[in-house]
Amino acid sequence: MSILLEKETPVIVQGITGKMARFHTKDMLDYGTNVVGGVVPGKGGETVDGLPVFDTVEEAVAATGAEASLVFVPPPFAADSIMEAADAGIKYCVCITDGIPAQDMIRVKRYMYRYPKERRMVLTGPNCAGTISPGKALLGIMPGHIYLKGHVGIVGRSGTLGYEAASQLKERGIGVSTSVGIGGDPINGSSFKDILARFEEDDDTHVIALIGEIGGPQEAEAAEYIRDHVTKPVVAYVAGLTAPKGRTMGHAGAIISAFGESASEKVEILSAAGVTVAENPAVIGETIAKVMEVA
Amino acid sequence: MDIHEYQAKEVLAGFGVAVPTGALAYSPEQAAYRARELGGERWVVKAQVHAGGRGKAGGVKVCTSDSEINDVCETMFGMKLVTHQTGPEGKGVYRVYVEAAVPIAREIYLGFVLDRTTQRVMIVASAEGGMEIEEISAEKPESIVRAEVEPAVGLREFQCRQIAFKLGIEPGLTQQLVRTLQGAYRAFTELDATMVEINPLVVTDDNRIIALDAKMTFDDNALFRHPQIAELRDKSQEDPRESRAADRGLSYVGLDGNIGCIVNGAGLAMATMDTIKLAGGEPANFLDIGGGATPERVAKAFRLVLSDKNVQAILVNIFAGINRCDWVAEGVVQALKEVEVEVPVIVRLAGTNVEEGQKILAKSGLPIIRARTLNEAAERAVGAWRNDLSQGVTVRAVS
Repeated sequence: MSILLEKETPVIVQGITGKMARFHTKDMLDYGTNVVGGVVPGKGGETVDGLPVFDTVEEAVAATGAEASLVFVPPPFAADSIMEAADAGIKYCVCITDGIPAQDMIRVKRYMYRYPKERRMVLTGPNCAGTISPGKALLGIMPGHIYLKGHVGIVGRSGTLGYEAASQLKERGIGVSTSVGIGGDPINGSSFKDILARFEEDDDTHVIALIGEIGGPQEAEAAEYIRDHVTKPVVAYVAGLTAPKGRTMGHAGAIISAFGESASEKVEILSAAGVTVAENPAVIGETIAKVMEVA
Repeated sequence: MDIHEYQAKEVLAGFGVAVPTGALAYSPEQAAYRARELGGERWVVKAQVHAGGRGKAGGVKVCTSDSEINDVCETMFGMKLVTHQTGPEGKGVYRVYVEAAVPIAREIYLGFVLDRTTQRVMIVASAEGGMEIEEISAEKPESIVRAEVEPAVGLREFQCRQIAFKLGIEPGLTQQLVRTLQGAYRAFTELDATMVEINPLVVTDDNRIIALDAKMTFDDNALFRHPQIAELRDKSQEDPRESRAADRGLSYVGLDGNIGCIVNGAGLAMATMDTIKLAGGEPANFLDIGGGATPERVAKAFRLVLSDKNVQAILVNIFAGINRCDWVAEGVVQALKEVEVEVPVIVRLAGTNVEEGQKILAKSGLPIIRARTLNEAAERAVGAWRNDLSQGVTVRAVS
């Protein structure tokens, strides 16, 4: 079992007719993801890579039994697409789109909570690279070949930094159970804490790697959660030791605006919670390897 | 995006928040003239810069005659106002706002922020107005009143009343405070702000509640639906390198070091800066060139990084996921042929087709220092810069 995504999980792509979406749909199919269709309003009846396109998510779910969705819709319309997925009964949604207004995301989160927990959609992202359960399925834009199948669960805010960690692991022959990008936005679907809870329950995951960065309270919340609820070893790296206060570093959410939001403070908080912190991004793989030897 | 105080007041006034009467001026003469137009005997002249802490830095002056306004403005215009929020370089003063002075009975702090823990809009208020919120949280944390807004129904009146009573507002003025809070909240949500700060919000001697200062920051991602806000952008208040980068679709933050960075992905860019620091160097910038590292993009990035005259070595770190290293390598080679680069260039490629990429860099005949890992790249960048220094070579012609 993997968290969030299995080999059989039927997937639809919202915004499938766009150039990027087509490219990554092909990539996901090649990887073995069970992509069953796409949604673009007004383009129902067309096909992309042999996959049927529907006008609404509701129709797509009715026709294909889709359970997961990948949102590739431009920022002004992305929030609406996420809500449409939640309403149509999609269980897991990954939103790749970068640049969604924060107020739209506040509304999305509020909207998702109108459903009872057992049928509430799980959202990861926006502004993330997606989720991969190596050897099974890929729901996102990451290069599948840098991940080996194994037992390290990765959760991170940054896409390319997550790739860096996965490839350092691959060099050492260490594999990944599932890698989840929670995205670089200030208001996101799932927090570190949400994903940590899933990894803790997942038999396939033996060690957890948390890749954080400056800005926001989610690393500190994760530290508290790890201290109280996580029994598996956790390794962390926090990017942005050299980032100045009050400046946005690329990701909308990467800005130090309050106490506890700098990289050094987060490192301190995580260390105090018993997390093994890699001081340097170049030793993320090495640190995980050491922790795995002990565990 | 930040806007000026006078602009924020105009925006808030449009939502029913009371503000003092005031007028904008671009010169000392104009300031004196506008004061006469406003009438009264006391005026406040306020430098318009995108930063707080102006009062302590000499950017806010009370005047009682037009000649005094003229004198105050003579020093204010063109000065670089240095406050705790501007950094040592300060921000240029090119506009002043002249306001009729208001008789103040008490000062209140009022802020609206996007709270990342609750992932909702949060109101922060304190009876200790006039102080910075950081000071209030450090010295009088018990004075802070918070309220979280449920996005489906917006800010409710009972919440506003609760805030009013907690702040000890006289019962007769509660309704005015409710109007101020709801107006500011509507401005916040309808215009996609990420921060509204009214500090101080004052109660006047004649029992009016007025926003004496106002700051607003807007969500860059939402400017597409607020052209009237986007128009308020003032480039004179931005770092020119950062504005240029933003205009070219690159995400750049200038820093004080001398090793320039060109990286794809924000997280990896920060990690690269950290590695440079750990290797004994100082990063000159944050730069995320995004997903498609095309030759044009890479060339733009080189030009941008080199426009910082402190840069003495450049580290390119690309993890090609969707990209292929051979394409990226061709991009780097082409960019280096186009842009005259007089400093050592260190390139680290990783990911798809990395071997082909390395071959292209090697065959190019360009003096590119190649690195396999992030650590190696950082050490070589710091080493290349130090080596040049120790040999007494000026790696870069100072223009």
